[in-house]
Amino acid sequence: MRDVSIIGIGQTPVGEHWDRSLRDLGAEAMLAAMENAHLERPEALYVGNMLSGQLSHQENLGALLADYAGLRGIEAVKVEASCASGAAAFRMGYMAVAGGMHDMVLVCGAEKMTDTLGERTTSALVAAADATYEGEQGVSFVALNALLMQRYMYEFGYKREDFGGFAINAHHNAVHNPYAMFPKEISAKAFARAKMIAEPVSLLDSSGIGDGAAAVVLAPTEFALRHGLPAVRVAGSAVATDAVAIHDRDDPLFLMAAYLSSQRAYAQAGVGPGSLDFFELHDAFTIMAALSLEACGFAERGQGVRLAMEDEISLSGKIPICTMGGLKARGHPVGATGMYQIVEATLQLLGIAGENQLPDCRVGMTQNIGGSGANIITHILERVTPLSGGIEWS
Amino acid sequence: MELAAYWRTSKQRLSLQGEVCPHCAAKLFPPRDVCPKCSGPAKTPYQFSGKGNVYSFSTMYSAPEGFEQYTPYVVALIKLDEGPMITAQLTDVSKEDVYIGMPVEMVTRKMCADGDAGPIVYNYKFRPILQSIATPA
Repeated sequence: MRDVSIIGIGQTPVGEHWDRSLRDLGAEAMLAAMENAHLERPEALYVGNMLSGQLSHQENLGALLADYAGLRGIEAVKVEASCASGAAAFRMGYMAVAGGMHDMVLVCGAEKMTDTLGERTTSALVAAADATYEGEQGVSFVALNALLMQRYMYEFGYKREDFGGFAINAHHNAVHNPYAMFPKEISAKAFARAKMIAEPVSLLDSSGIGDGAAAVVLAPTEFALRHGLPAVRVAGSAVATDAVAIHDRDDPLFLMAAYLSSQRAYAQAGVGPGSLDFFELHDAFTIMAALSLEACGFAERGQGVRLAMEDEISLSGKIPICTMGGLKARGHPVGATGMYQIVEATLQLLGIAGENQLPDCRVGMTQNIGGSGANIITHILERVTPLSGGIEWS
Repeated sequence: MELAAYWRTSKQRLSLQGEVCPHCAAKLFPPRDVCPKCSGPAKTPYQFSGKGNVYSFSTMYSAPEGFEQYTPYVVALIKLDEGPMITAQLTDVSKEDVYIGMPVEMVTRKMCADGDAGPIVYNYKFRPILQSIATPA
């Protein structure tokens, strides 16, 4: 197996892009990543996307985006793993380069969610859950997270206000991210008074629905070293699954797939939670942030919320999370989110994260969650070249 | 929803018919023919009692398409007496009175309708177990 690195990145702002289509958002991010990597033509394209069929009446997205980015003729497919589609596509690209099938691969996560009315988008998102035994009961995706949060509060004795730190931290970090959907601070008071969507989950527990695309170019690490390119290597890549329906899990308050995929990634990278400089986790809802921290070994069961209450998740905390705003404040264009996490981690590891730059940043983890915990994809990324070497990144 | 899908799942929806694993005795709902506990084949029908208690619940204020007119409504995870957990709406109870551990029982109720002309979809919901009124001698 070959060592694989990210040698180029691109992203569009996340937002309500009523003037943009899925195909031109995707093409913009792809072309930006190719320009960043000084690449004219990749051999293959993997597109992460969840909702194109439901909300844009468009499948065959691999071929469409390849064509609209001027790459007609290359291998291209869409990869779907609901909200984890972005990281799933990245892993396909990683396997293609690691296995020697391709040398230059483009991966793009793209999603268009705001052309439709809220109820339509809410219905489409339920497809990430068990459509028959959860969806047909009229349960929204927000409500599934509410069922977890309610039980968590009951078992471990928390109030809903205790989760506020996750949202406040995410919004604070988004202020200096020019690609974030909500680059503004929120207060503890605003969190406490936020409108309920599905009790106890409020608007400010929830990530924002938005449009956006993010892309990377993958190549053998040896290629990057030979050409003096700044690069971030994939030190660990792992996927694990769990029951799709929450009611089918042995312990709904433990994200078994997060535990399994993070353990596999730690073993591949030869690191543990204590040696990571940051963790871009999947804070689709505040409860998911708490459960992820627990399953990945940063907190004991029932203690994940404490990391937020005790300010251990900020840029200067024990384990910085959502360093560019996370799903909460950067926005959550579902199938693109996993790729935004990887692009943001790359910015941190190359020392070009601007105001939010973490000091001495060498190794970080990203984790993309499909459904309410059914398909969890973990990547550990590591800086490989000196910051001063080779071509300048913009 | 599609009529064929409704028809083939009607025993589950209307009477909570599941399966029991002949190897490890695990009770399964919904029926899935392969036991998730021991991975063996499990096709023996099993009739659930419909009794259980609330594991968690949420009042929804924002609903998916087709359910908008019912908000606010309460959804729950119900731990069935026979073991499995099930996701369902609660009915015949006001949202303020729901609590974790509340004993509930299954009832058949209208879930939604496909417009004015389409079929009405019935499904299981759960209600608080009614206090028995004095039985006649």
